[in-house]
Amino acid sequence: MTRPLIAVLDYGIGNLRSAQKSLERMGADARLTADVGLIADAAGVVLPGVGAFGPCMDALRGTGLDEQARIAAADGRPFLGICIGLQLLYEGSEEAPGTAGLGILPGTVQLLPGNVKRPQMQWNRLEVRTPNPLLEGLDGAWVYFVHSYAAPMADNVAAVCDYGGPVAGVVGDSNVWATQFHPEKSARPGLRLLENFVNQARAADVRA
Amino acid sequence: MSSLSIVPSNARVIPCLDVDAGRVVKGVNFVDLTDAGDPVELAARYDQQGADEVVFLDITASSDRRETTVELVHRTAEEVFIPFTIGGGIRTVDDARRLLRAGADKVSVNTAAVNRPELVAEIADEFGSQCAVASIDARRTNGGAFPFEVFTHGGRTPTGIDAIEYAIRVTDLGAGEILLTSMDRDGTRDGFDLELTRAVVEVTNVPVIASGGVGTLDHLVEGVLEGRADAVLAASIFHFGEHTVAEAKSHMAAAGIPIRPADA
Repeated sequence: MTRPLIAVLDYGIGNLRSAQKSLERMGADARLTADVGLIADAAGVVLPGVGAFGPCMDALRGTGLDEQARIAAADGRPFLGICIGLQLLYEGSEEAPGTAGLGILPGTVQLLPGNVKRPQMQWNRLEVRTPNPLLEGLDGAWVYFVHSYAAPMADNVAAVCDYGGPVAGVVGDSNVWATQFHPEKSARPGLRLLENFVNQARAADVRA
Repeated sequence: MSSLSIVPSNARVIPCLDVDAGRVVKGVNFVDLTDAGDPVELAARYDQQGADEVVFLDITASSDRRETTVELVHRTAEEVFIPFTIGGGIRTVDDARRLLRAGADKVSVNTAAVNRPELVAEIADEFGSQCAVASIDARRTNGGAFPFEVFTHGGRTPTGIDAIEYAIRVTDLGAGEILLTSMDRDGTRDGFDLELTRAVVEVTNVPVIASGGVGTLDHLVEGVLEGRADAVLAASIFHFGEHTVAEAKSHMAAAGIPIRPADA
């Protein structure tokens, strides 16, 4: 089997290395990169991230990777946002009023309700609402969440967890997906999701 | 601020590895040390057993050996697919950055944050609250002006600081989690200091990891049900093969604690 090239966008924040190492483990030629040429060549693109919306969006803009993320999502290649990388796909977030997000998905990211501890920092069970190739084998799986804000509950929410009510766990369809949890930190089920993504990238890789 | 109305979290079981110059050692009251092996190998084994996270406490004293710690974090990121925290000797945002870039998910600050609490805010602002863990070593004052006092330098140095007030302060500054160790119980195997744990849980709205004193699986249950901790940390009961993490989790689940099964 080929090892599809997957560009993990490196915009200089926190721990991005774990996502890259996990994708490698699941059969990808995963590169932590900000190189435009390499990103253009990639069969799949991952927008990882930890931290706050404002600084992450600033860092993304500062490196010009906001444009690369938009291009990759628009041209139909498998695209995966992780954690803050999910939130950045939206138009904005209550965490950073006035900071525009990537606007790839509609709506505003919202603070978790007041009857739960924030952040949600725990393993939680995923309930798949809209099956798609990324989520194969993931219904009922336990995955690791750490976040205080969440995507709006809309039709594009493909999987939820229960945290004082349903909370978006996975959003997206066709080629653009994103997980609120950290697949690279979610043991076997997380690696399974990344494997599913690598398989999608491999299948979409025209050069393979 | 009381967490009584709060939806309970799924409990987490966290093996802790004390590391010196890249090797695991077991601390009893932070003295007597015995070699227990390669930290990456042990952490990977705990991942396989169903541990929810792993914590490394780096007790390496001299700064010229810090490179070994970065290397350890690097190797761990390749072999361990659950969150891991590294604490010990982190004094600046740059220290934190190096460890996070090497692959750590969270950094825990202790002595440096007691000396300068703003460090917690600096790390939270730069990398997010989710990776800023405030580690608090506390002892009972036994009749002092307040019930629990913060200690530093691995539990040796009293600070005159009220541990409960300090917990509130670091949470306000942006700590995303508190790692709370009872220095009275650490190494005793008598169980957590449940009063201490509950006192901190009641004044903060972030997850609290109870630490210090675990000798039996029932102690883990007490930490959650009576101490109301979000996570329980233990070292020796796991390191020397007395209990697996899987046994710990089944025991806790049987006691009615919501928890991710070890074989999930």
